[in-house]
Amino acid sequence: MISSIKINHFTILLLSVSLLACRKDASPVKEETEVLKADPASVAKGLYLVNEGNMNMNKASLDYLDFRAGIYRRNIYGQVNPEVVKGLGDVANDIAIYGSKLYVVVNVSNKVEVMDVKTGRRISQIDILNCRYITFHKGKAYVSAYLGQVGDPGAPQGIVAQIDTASLQEEKRIEVGRQPEEMAIVGDKLYVANSGGYSPNNYERTVAVLDLNSFQLIKKIDVAVNLHHIKADRYGDLYVTSRGDYYDIPSKLFVIDTRTDLVKKTFDFGVSNLAIDEDNAYYYSTEFSYLSGKNTITYGILNVKDEAVTGRSFITDGTDGKIMIPYGIAVNPYTKEVFVTDAKDYVSPGTLYCFDAAGRKKYAVTTGDIPAHFAFVY
Amino acid sequence: MKKYKFAFFGICNSSSVFYTVLCIGLGISFCAEGQSDSLKKAPELNEVKIREIKLGKRQLSASPLQILSGAALERMNSLSVADAVRYFSGVQLKDYGGIGGLKTINVRSMGTNHTAVFYDGVQLGNAQNGQVDLGKFSLDNIEEIELYNGQKSTIFQPAKGFASGSSLYLTAKQPEFVAGERSHLRATVKTGSFALFNPSLLWQTKISEHISASLSTEYKKSDGKYKFRYTNGVYDSTFVRTNADIETMRIEGGLNGRLPDSSQWSAKFYYYKDEQGLPGAIVGNVYNFSQRLWNRNFFFQSAYRKESGRYNLMASFKYANDYARFLDPDFVKDDGLLNNIYKQQELYFSLVNRYRLTPFWDVVLSGDYQRNTLDANLYRFVYPTRNTLLGAIATQFHFDRLDVQANLLGTYVNDRVEQYFSAGNKNELTPALLVSWQPFASKEFRLRSFYKSIFRMPTFNDLYYTAIGNTFLMPEYTKQFDLGATYIRAFEDQLLSQVSVQVDAYYNKVKDKIIAVPGASLFRWSMQNLGKVEIKGLDVNVQSAWRPARTVALSAGLTYTYQQALNVTDKALNYKNQLIYVPVNSGSFIAGADWKNFGVNYSYIYTGERYNQSANIAYNYVPAWYMHDIAFHYRQHFARHQFKISAEVNNLLNQYYDVITSFPMPGRSYRFTLSYSY
Repeated sequence: MISSIKINHFTILLLSVSLLACRKDASPVKEETEVLKADPASVAKGLYLVNEGNMNMNKASLDYLDFRAGIYRRNIYGQVNPEVVKGLGDVANDIAIYGSKLYVVVNVSNKVEVMDVKTGRRISQIDILNCRYITFHKGKAYVSAYLGQVGDPGAPQGIVAQIDTASLQEEKRIEVGRQPEEMAIVGDKLYVANSGGYSPNNYERTVAVLDLNSFQLIKKIDVAVNLHHIKADRYGDLYVTSRGDYYDIPSKLFVIDTRTDLVKKTFDFGVSNLAIDEDNAYYYSTEFSYLSGKNTITYGILNVKDEAVTGRSFITDGTDGKIMIPYGIAVNPYTKEVFVTDAKDYVSPGTLYCFDAAGRKKYAVTTGDIPAHFAFVY
Repeated sequence: MKKYKFAFFGICNSSSVFYTVLCIGLGISFCAEGQSDSLKKAPELNEVKIREIKLGKRQLSASPLQILSGAALERMNSLSVADAVRYFSGVQLKDYGGIGGLKTINVRSMGTNHTAVFYDGVQLGNAQNGQVDLGKFSLDNIEEIELYNGQKSTIFQPAKGFASGSSLYLTAKQPEFVAGERSHLRATVKTGSFALFNPSLLWQTKISEHISASLSTEYKKSDGKYKFRYTNGVYDSTFVRTNADIETMRIEGGLNGRLPDSSQWSAKFYYYKDEQGLPGAIVGNVYNFSQRLWNRNFFFQSAYRKESGRYNLMASFKYANDYARFLDPDFVKDDGLLNNIYKQQELYFSLVNRYRLTPFWDVVLSGDYQRNTLDANLYRFVYPTRNTLLGAIATQFHFDRLDVQANLLGTYVNDRVEQYFSAGNKNELTPALLVSWQPFASKEFRLRSFYKSIFRMPTFNDLYYTAIGNTFLMPEYTKQFDLGATYIRAFEDQLLSQVSVQVDAYYNKVKDKIIAVPGASLFRWSMQNLGKVEIKGLDVNVQSAWRPARTVALSAGLTYTYQQALNVTDKALNYKNQLIYVPVNSGSFIAGADWKNFGVNYSYIYTGERYNQSANIAYNYVPAWYMHDIAFHYRQHFARHQFKISAEVNNLLNQYYDVITSFPMPGRSYRFTLSYSY
């Protein structure tokens, strides 16, 4: 009798011991590579693609496409920087290269990650609350952020922070409006699109204009509610997207003349995202219809010289039917290839498509979750 | 023992772990039988006693039933209902960690919204999101927890009882007095890790021969702080969970009575209030949080039940009023911090009629009416009101060896809104069929099976959440097929005194699953009926009672769950990948022993590897976790007065893990309980 109790205890003990060693040891998630067609003559060396990752999942990830070697490297950050606690972070919202450094703005992680362009090795981290986009001018980086501070009910304004690209320290910051999004620079002026997205009953309507020599707010240009993207063309014009209010006010595209700082043209259709190269603005639009309960997606090209719709698309081979949700767009300035990402259901690995100048799919490759923002390496 | 030795030294991977447990579980029983055979020959134990096998609810239920109650429940290391239901098979508890973290139950992978939770017979509703946070229900006043797959195996129940994919029944402690007793009192205080301070009081009294009253109240405060650790093998960081504090207060009371015709009535009220911090997702560079949540829940319910004679009647009524406030200081709007307030009200009536046509044939007609409203201080909020009518006709044939139940449930739902669009009317007719059969002369073995088709209505959030809700939504349907067997056997004067086994295989289908679909941007999701899921599973439950010595009572229970829950929504996207957070293998083991004044309880949970996104790739891999808990109890009587001291260690091996990615669970923790009762 006693011995049987002992056996029971013994089995439990053994059970505990046997279970101790049964969990796989944690290790950094490995980079994955895919071989594409090499183009040794490519002028651009490659392309960084940052994947946002779904919020709270800490799945922001970095991919690199080497044009010359024809290799797609997926999820490179973790392997190069395994010592960074919780990796690249949560929701990467922008990426850019300036000089020898690669910058990734990680929104929910409240940081700008600075890496070496060649290796992807982390150099530093700049902490900025709720940061959104980044741009550069004369040795300085400018980062927009939804809020200057949190917890103060009287401080709803967002900011643009100026960071020195040599010291990687924030030098100054200035309030620009509520929930500022993308920025564009023309001359010595920085234009930032304010959304006011935290207050749907009172969206912002303005593009704030900063003089970068004095780092002062010069003016605010009234455009439309809930602004998002802003891109400069080579004629001194800015293309600004408005997301509308999702109810009565439709989304639209506006053109601002930076000589007058006035809206000079309105396109009565929504543009979700766009990339401008020479005289062409490549755009796509995703509109949710309350009538059909479905998304309608369109792809098109605008001529920015004449500010006119061309009626052409940059996808001509029917591949657009396979893209569930276009989420990022970029144009190779040398080859005129257009890169479009598909974020699918936002919780699955996405796809990067490359279309040649005639709109035919050259290749497609699997990315991380929510592939979104690009930076070419020249 | 030798026979099973290999199991300990076998190849150790996460799925074999569970088989090891299974082998050990069986090993214990086999070797124990071997032992008792030899013991039987001992002359002093050779007296022959015939013990009648008493079939319990578990064996007789036509739908799979798991129960935790009374002493077994009290012995376990559990603070809330959520802690206890983890030990059931076929269940995943979604746990955001800590005392205050949201804890919801997902039964057989059909989704949280397909499980109805009943408190003292009446459903706990949440029309806003359809989920009940089981972490909010303290075990202090709970006598019994029952989980039924399909539905409760009786036709004499409110129409609501037929209306969900599975049902969790919580029963509060009912006053029971033996001759000469007039009142009971129990005062308990718990303390331990997380700066827990948790006093509670239960008082029961006999007002008259036929009426008794009870009052239960509890206060709980904890700073919720605990260490957690994340590592990728290169970095290895330990943090402290902050903003996880919680302060709760609960008071509930009721009257129970019996009328001269032996019909029963009851009335109870329940009031709960809390304030808590909301610790968010631990992601790169973010380890502190400022969000706060306040809840206030009140309900009053009353029931009447007459079961004598050929015509039986059951009537119930409920009024519930819930308030929730969410404050996010990280979200500064033009007019201040984000401060959302949600107010819900529910009104419910139910009437059940049963007529015993013949000694073996009953028919039931039951009708429920429910009204739900939601008020929120959100921009462009629609202020919905939902009227629900449920009607069920049911019939039951109960013979000696065969029990057949069938019902047809009609549901009519009407939504009205004050502005914009409503989802309008919905009509559904859904059947269920349950059979329990004793195929042989022996009572020990029974077969059971059920088929059920049911749906869940889109919640107010699904339909009307500002800028996300979609009023085109249809209900989300499930079909369940279950085939199982139960076996129970008692052994006279042997070490193993009783063993019972339940095995169920099932196939479930979910269609028109309501999932969030992206719109133009991450901030613009919409809800759509897109998902399709196919679930094949096996639930095994073994319960055993042991008598190693006259003064020692030992019980052991083992559960095992196998689930293949595949996403079959879209051939182009993660087709036939296992659903997120559903492990293929999971299980639990509980053993408890009592010797004189001492008691000990050991419990073990295993949850196999899972994925935290739809794609089953290395990047989404979540490792298995398993946990050992142990508790010691000591009881002492002084005349009528009883004292009890308990000490518990949870997560004995201090394993750090996430149930939901980015929401870390506590490591090893302790709890001490001192209780006095008469």
